[in-house]
Amino acid sequence: MSRNISSRAAALGIVLLALSAAAADAPVNAAKSSVTATFSQMKVAVDAPFKQFRGAVDFDPAKPAQAKAHLEIDTASFDLGDEDYNSEVRKPAWFDSAHFPKATFDASGVKSLGGTKYEASGTLSLKGKTQALTVPMTLKTEGDTAAFDGAVTISRAYFNIGDDEWKDTVADPVTIKFHIVVPPKH
Amino acid sequence: MNTNSAQPLVPKNYTRTALALHWVVAGVIICAFSLGLVVSDLPFSPQKLKLMAYHKWLGITVLALVAIRGIWRLTHQPPAMPPMPAWQQIGAKFTHGLMYALMFAIPFTGWLFSSATGYRVVYLQLIPLPNLVAKNKLLGEALGDIHATFAWLMFYVLLLHVAAALKHHFFDRDDTLRRMLRWRHS
Repeated sequence: MSRNISSRAAALGIVLLALSAAAADAPVNAAKSSVTATFSQMKVAVDAPFKQFRGAVDFDPAKPAQAKAHLEIDTASFDLGDEDYNSEVRKPAWFDSAHFPKATFDASGVKSLGGTKYEASGTLSLKGKTQALTVPMTLKTEGDTAAFDGAVTISRAYFNIGDDEWKDTVADPVTIKFHIVVPPKH
Repeated sequence: MNTNSAQPLVPKNYTRTALALHWVVAGVIICAFSLGLVVSDLPFSPQKLKLMAYHKWLGITVLALVAIRGIWRLTHQPPAMPPMPAWQQIGAKFTHGLMYALMFAIPFTGWLFSSATGYRVVYLQLIPLPNLVAKNKLLGEALGDIHATFAWLMFYVLLLHVAAALKHHFFDRDDTLRRMLRWRHS
């Protein structure tokens, strides 16, 4: 009985996947991709990954202006390598993951800067705030995959991430680095 | 003949450099140990991260001073031990050897511990030290345990060291402690 249900769910999943493929969006291969935040804690550069994210990219190198991408990141999956630290940054003073479980980045329009270099324009929504960002990135196509690599620096204070009491220990600028791997659009 | 007796092979006193290194290293070790104890029990807070940074800087200071101290010791003969039973001489040599080993091993495993947990040591917020190992959660936990075990071993060996010095001073009434305090050579 339960096996029947799960196989039906799987079938439904396949249908949904097929539908999204029909919309020409390439799903992000999360296993091969990474989204990392780098910040400075008393001059110590700390790199920490977001473990859970998903998204889709609609990008045709011939028509970069029409490119679209959507990335959804679970704020509770930020991993500082220590459970005490992780539970701290989910609290209201930081990500407030209970109320703002997701950060999203929506790109609309990519500008070619020549060669493998591009610049994506988009909007980052995080903890109830949005900010327009221009994100420099490089594109690498290899075999049947495309990889976008880039970084953008944002202000912790702008998104109300972290209390004032942390001002002296954790610097305001945070660099978000990403490596997004997608199957190429056919 | 006269020249020989004027230049004894074994000096009567420690050099002032040796005395200074002994007491300065002792002071920094006691501060680092106390701070380490306090910090490991603190809840996550900016204070914890600050004190943790100070703890690491003290440890790196010990490592640097011990390197100088080790070289000084190897190039400058210490005075002969006051007369005492052979087992005490052997015990003293073993204890001193163990303390030198721990003075090196404790900060070194601390540095390894910091590297393995993904936090580079930036000495005094000025000098970034190289990461000795790649980030690795299990290795980090093991190194933390080793670091703490060595520190506690040092605590007990230090108690023995102090007890022996006091015993020589107050019971045997010999020169052992006094020569470590004698700044002016008579």
